[in-house]
Amino acid sequence: MRPYNAFLGVHMKTKNIVEKTMQAVFFALGMVTIIAVATISAFLIINGIPAIREIGLWAFLSGQEWRSTGANPAFGILPFILTSIYSTIGAILIGVPIGLMTAIFLAKVANPRLAAVVNTAVELLAGIPSVVYGFVGMIVLVPLVQRTFALASGAILLSAILVLSVMILPGIISVSRTALAAVPREYEEASFALGATKTETIFKVSVPAAKSGIAAGVVLGIGRAIGEVMAVLMVMGNVPNMPNLFEPARSLTTAIAMELSYATGFQRQTLLSIGLVLFCFIMMINLILNFALKRGYKA
Amino acid sequence: MIEMNIICAKKLCLYYRDFQALKDIDLDVPAREITALIGPSGCGKSTFLRTLNRMNDLIQGVKITGEVTYHGENIYAGQVDVTALRKSIGMVFQKPNPFPMSIYDNVAYGPKLHDNLSKAELNDLVERSLRGAALWDEVKDRLKKSALSLSGGQQQRLCIARALSVSPDVLLMDEPTSALDPASTMKIEELMGHLKQDYTVVIVTHNMQQAARISDRTAFFLTGDLVESGKTDEIFSMPKDKRTEDYITGRFG
Ligand SMILES: Nc1ncnc2c1ncn2[C@@H]1O[C@H](COP(=O)(O)OP(=O)(O)OP(=O)(O)O)[C@@H](O)[C@H]1O
Ligand SMILES: [Mg+2]
Repeated sequence: MRPYNAFLGVHMKTKNIVEKTMQAVFFALGMVTIIAVATISAFLIINGIPAIREIGLWAFLSGQEWRSTGANPAFGILPFILTSIYSTIGAILIGVPIGLMTAIFLAKVANPRLAAVVNTAVELLAGIPSVVYGFVGMIVLVPLVQRTFALASGAILLSAILVLSVMILPGIISVSRTALAAVPREYEEASFALGATKTETIFKVSVPAAKSGIAAGVVLGIGRAIGEVMAVLMVMGNVPNMPNLFEPARSLTTAIAMELSYATGFQRQTLLSIGLVLFCFIMMINLILNFALKRGYKA
Repeated sequence: MIEMNIICAKKLCLYYRDFQALKDIDLDVPAREITALIGPSGCGKSTFLRTLNRMNDLIQGVKITGEVTYHGENIYAGQVDVTALRKSIGMVFQKPNPFPMSIYDNVAYGPKLHDNLSKAELNDLVERSLRGAALWDEVKDRLKKSALSLSGGQQQRLCIARALSVSPDVLLMDEPTSALDPASTMKIEELMGHLKQDYTVVIVTHNMQQAARISDRTAFFLTGDLVESGKTDEIFSMPKDKRTEDYITGRFG
């Protein structure tokens, strides 16, 4: 017995050391993320607040004019805020119905073979870099929009909305599809056993049962749409006007990107303030996402 | 007594792809009686039950030969309205599976699919169905609460109420009490005694005492064959087949 026990003791000791080391490694790696988030937040708050102080929070948020250079500058970002909100809402209005229908098709209707093909397409769509979306939008969509509506330029809010609708599809599809696939088969069987058709079962049982997951997909889409820079920059025209569907507009993200390369001094500070506002928007969306996900797990 | 047998299976075979799960089943189900299906696990009881309201249609690769008649008409013939069939032949599953909705909405779900009822008619129907399942008194004050907040036994009675809500003719029950405690089981058995006055019931059970207690007729399945069927007291007191005797006396199973 003694040798065996001694062996066991040594074994346990090495095991413990390995355990402890791994825990330390995981902890350290976890800290990297936390430090990154804390640094970014601190940076934005410290650098974003001075300009807002000088302009005044209300004047900054509700001002309708943006003239960052020139003799008589104005720093109102309401056009950017509204443009971001409008383009996001537009993308959601178009992208969510298409995405949800695709998810339903993949999870409940298509045969496994076809579903695998469509799924590959969805994954490819998710992997396309946004600059490519922007490029295709610029070459194909912008001229098309210009001709269709007989406009001076096709680089307008509407074009950005259309590009964003496609960009948010993969996220919405994959999250909703997972939620729909996770709906217990028993619910659907109960519905069929009551004489419901497949369509009735999908819309009255499966979709309601997956609603938290679908909501999470929508919020994910909102996050992606509001945070997108490159593609929007390439198709929206970037004029700091109050937004109109058929005119060029400038969003929060592109407002920063447009001027960041050359701005100095106070102008640069105002860009950081815009960054802070955008950061607050994204934080809010993440809170909603967490809430939706938590509710999803409870149900 | 014009129509004694409401459902008749004739030379019914069912295949899951290459695997034959039912072999030439001939079984008559008399109206307004309780028919119990017994047999060891995997012998095809659930499969047979699900052929009666065509729930096996939902499984890929299922092939069926022979016929099942309901009121004399083959339900596997070309022009059968499957949704109407399932409305007339309701089903209660082994695991209580109320929808993740309110108690009220669970019961109102079926009627809303098929009829355009007024609010008052619907309320009335929900109450009648819940009373029919002996659940009304326990839930009448919390109809808007989630059905998932009920106990397992209450959930199963809710599922029975839900099945009753579309006024079926026949109720198929697949081990409806196997997930329940003895008290809830008693309640449901008692309930079935009442149900057979208005409905024809086919029930799968692993519990011999339950089959003996509640059923009028019993059918014994073994590896896809129907070994023996007949009046419950006869099957239990003097089975004709040796295998039936072995099974009900617990010598195998
Ligand atoms: N979807 C399916 N695909 C393939 N084979 C199946 C399927 N469902 C059931 N089977 C097979 O058919 C046979 C009968 O299954 P069934 O579920 O009808 O048995 P059962 O008598 O209800 O058993 P239990 O008492 O365990 O519920 C089993 O051998 C089973 O493995
Ligand atoms: Mg079974």
